[in-house]
Amino acid sequence: MKAQIRKIAVFLEETRTEMERSVIPPTRRAAAVAVIENPYAGRYVEDLSDLMDIGEELGELLTQRALSALGIPASKAESYGKAAAVGENGELEHAAAILHPKLGTPVRRVLGKGAALIPSSKKRGGCGVVLDIPLGHKDAAFVRSHFDGMEVRINDAPRPSEIMVAIAVTDSGRPLPRVGGLAKNQIKGEDGLR
Amino acid sequence: MPDVRVRKTLTIVEETFHEGGPIAAVPLKRAAALAVIRNPFAGGYTEDIAPYMDDLKPLGLAMARSLVAVLGGDIGRIEGYGKGAIVGSAGELEHGALWHVPGGYAMREVLGGAKAIVASTKKVGGPGARLDVPITHINASYVRSHFDAMEVGLTDAPRADELLLVLVMTTGARIHARVGGLKASEIQGENGLR
Repeated sequence: MKAQIRKIAVFLEETRTEMERSVIPPTRRAAAVAVIENPYAGRYVEDLSDLMDIGEELGELLTQRALSALGIPASKAESYGKAAAVGENGELEHAAAILHPKLGTPVRRVLGKGAALIPSSKKRGGCGVVLDIPLGHKDAAFVRSHFDGMEVRINDAPRPSEIMVAIAVTDSGRPLPRVGGLAKNQIKGEDGLR
Repeated sequence: MPDVRVRKTLTIVEETFHEGGPIAAVPLKRAAALAVIRNPFAGGYTEDIAPYMDDLKPLGLAMARSLVAVLGGDIGRIEGYGKGAIVGSAGELEHGALWHVPGGYAMREVLGGAKAIVASTKKVGGPGARLDVPITHINASYVRSHFDAMEVGLTDAPRADELLLVLVMTTGARIHARVGGLKASEIQGENGLR
């Protein structure tokens, strides 16, 4: 692996009730986060291809970790998202190099499908910085019940020369969705939008 | 006593490979189980709260078993533990103390009679409050390599009338432990201290 991984953390959230109403079945979402060394920390590098390759490696590893935490087959995954936080000696563009060119392909390969854009967020920050991973339905971005986000953080990351990379996968939308819009049973699944 | 009503759970598994030193032959795993429940005593002073500890026992056992499962399923691999609670703002610190018996004894029981007292912490806090859960060796509190802590929290919990309950287990010492003291290999294992 090109990625020098210091740490991996996996978060699994399950919501069983909301406002005293039972959520049946409970909504579940998982985020897998890797803390890696930033090979370009502290200097300007024009060619970011190593980070793009690292993105490809992490796309597969983190999607598998998230799926395995959910304990579901890939066909049951409903929404996804990705995010990265670059330590203070790095550049926002380093997050972009990991997230955008190559990370998506293995995510879709592991999940079997995924016509929709993988929603993303990025930032630069210090240890304990909060990452809000945006979530959207993997086959149709307009499915309103699945517009969501998952917060993750690790108290000791990213250190100045590290990057924190996160992938979230769910088996559901929000716990009690009721603001209309496209429903998941109406997905045509052709263009990744509807 | 009222039913234990779980709104949400969060499971965190952290796997550390190194922290700037040599890459560990066996990575350190730390796992936390969080459960958000309604605080049946929120909003007023109740003198007789102790019977609720019995109601919490099944939850404690379920959380302890889930930790063993996410750490690989073998109780022989669990070396450290800790517990904690955050009481929502309409509750009282003493409500957090209800977790000592059902949380601690659940872990000791599931681990086949671990001898050391379960390190703990508690506080009153709002949604997003973080808790540094102390960790010590399961059979001898003085094992210095296993003095550790894991930071946990949930963005939307505890609400004012909720309790956030936490159990933590680990598979070993700090990743680069090297400050001496009693070693795990030197445990006499009689009194839970040394």
